[in-house]
Amino acid sequence: MSAISELSSLKITRARTPEERRMRAKEAGRDNKAGYLFLAPWLVGLLVITVGPMLASLYLSFTDYSLIQAPRWAGLDNYARMLEDPRLHQSLKVTFVYVFVSVPLQLLLALAIAVLLDRGMRGLSLYRSIFYLPSMLGGSVAIAVLWRQIFGTEGLVNQILRLFGVNASTGWISDPQYALGTIILLHVWTFGSPMVIFLAGLRQIPGMYYEAAAVDGASRWTRFTRITLPLLSPIIFFNLVLQIIGAFQSFTQAFVVSNGSGGPSDSTLFYTLYLYQRGFGQFQMGYAAAMAWLLVVIVGVLTAINFFASRYWVFYDD
Amino acid sequence: MTDLQAAAPARLAPSRADATRAGSRQAPSRPERRAHPAATARALIKHLVLIAASLVMIYPLLWMLVSSFRPTDVIFRTPGLWVNNLVTDNYSTGWNALSEPFGHYLLNSALVVVGAVLGNLTSCSLAAYAFARLRFRLKTLWFSIMLVSIMLPIHVIVVPQYILFNLLGWVNTFIPLVLPKFLATDAFFVFLMVQFIRGIPRELDEAARIDGCGHWKIFTRVMLPLMGPALATTAVFTFIWTWSDFFTSLIYLTDPAKYTVPVALRSFLDATSGSNWGAMFAMSVVSLVPIFIAFLAGQRFLVKGIATTGGK
Repeated sequence: MSAISELSSLKITRARTPEERRMRAKEAGRDNKAGYLFLAPWLVGLLVITVGPMLASLYLSFTDYSLIQAPRWAGLDNYARMLEDPRLHQSLKVTFVYVFVSVPLQLLLALAIAVLLDRGMRGLSLYRSIFYLPSMLGGSVAIAVLWRQIFGTEGLVNQILRLFGVNASTGWISDPQYALGTIILLHVWTFGSPMVIFLAGLRQIPGMYYEAAAVDGASRWTRFTRITLPLLSPIIFFNLVLQIIGAFQSFTQAFVVSNGSGGPSDSTLFYTLYLYQRGFGQFQMGYAAAMAWLLVVIVGVLTAINFFASRYWVFYDD
Repeated sequence: MTDLQAAAPARLAPSRADATRAGSRQAPSRPERRAHPAATARALIKHLVLIAASLVMIYPLLWMLVSSFRPTDVIFRTPGLWVNNLVTDNYSTGWNALSEPFGHYLLNSALVVVGAVLGNLTSCSLAAYAFARLRFRLKTLWFSIMLVSIMLPIHVIVVPQYILFNLLGWVNTFIPLVLPKFLATDAFFVFLMVQFIRGIPRELDEAARIDGCGHWKIFTRVMLPLMGPALATTAVFTFIWTWSDFFTSLIYLTDPAKYTVPVALRSFLDATSGSNWGAMFAMSVVSLVPIFIAFLAGQRFLVKGIATTGGK
């Protein structure tokens, strides 16, 4: 169903015997010309916009390149410098904290609200719209601008706190202790899109399972943990994988909230923001390319771990 | 709605799950529910929780909207939503605060969005038809590469891509923002359409083939007209994502006359160093209006689409 389950099921459908393989090859030849014609734009894009640049990026990561002079071979210099770059380490720390706090919080909230919304209740579509809207707006500069005001020293949050008699004078955005927290909150605010996916998944669970369990006297909580969670686990897994990959690439909010600096004191220096500063601020293209490859490796390893771990908790009904 | 459900992939169609639930629940459980005050109380609590959550979720948005009609000094004193006297100064100040009137940036963004939507609709549907219906060599390989590319961080290609487009002299044009869409680089939509085409009965293309149609005719005369919902989903998502895409514009557009809305807003923030919040809010509201309209108009496609593919 999802891109991910599709990917893992591909292996199974591969032809096994040589005989079968020959048969398939013969059959496969049938629409060769048309197939490649229809696929042409995508193939060109893949080669020119994706794979070509990826390989170029790998090459550049072993060079010094400032756009003005031709790339100069530098061996592993960029990678060696990365080992000793404190800002790079800071950016990794910030990004890991961001990903591993905001993604679980966002998914938990999405799941909780989706479960509350299940079962053709009154006002379902209105609630869904309200919860879904922020995730459509959340990536925009306008919302980041709003966040800057809300969590400023004289912002909305402090104004509301004062209404309750709290003498609030913290500048949430300008305090290194809280700045990252405000961006995490922004991410949690966009829980609507995983929620919509959960809702679709919940609708697929046959109602008779719950009825049978209710007849057997299972409590609501038991029904949730024994029926809902296992049957929803492929979707939880899917959301987890994609949200982690997506969160590693967050850029706009940190950029706007910190005015492009990653401040205060590098507390919101996201990895991609630092990559941007190196590549497009200082035009150290080689270093930026090396950073990009490190990002691919990190995301790849985490995704692999995720897939591996999924064997122990994701339950496939078929 | 009905054609969508008929043609939609298995997961989307109203499944046996709904059928059994509807069948077994409706008649017996309704009168029963009325008899249980505990159930009513539970429903009430549920609604209270949801209403409270909804308010927290949209309060910042409503407050920004209302604040955009207040003088800046009032914004910083008023956490509430009531407006005593409506001021539209922020909109006129904000509109003319940058080197070009704000409409100029709206137009730039609109051009990019139209290009991106057209690009995604054509290139992704072509690729999807090939993957879903045609048999050709190495198809499984290409298909799995396409799936993996959905998950690839864009930052790994952005540096060399920039170098390439820079060499071609395309920096400060809209080409880097639009051209990739005509080459189906948003593989997510290819997958979405593959899923959709798989749900269209094969008998339809076979009938067309017997009538002598080639693949191009089957694609344009049979598939595309049936793919309405998938195309709509793609169009709405592309619209929203492209409209708010900041990173690509930031990298490729450095000439203020070429700014799209997100970069214009951010340069506004820079220029006023955050002092004129009223005007900032006004232009932020203006920049969100198209997304809001796209969301309202296309919501059912967004929900269906995200459910088909599991979203992005």
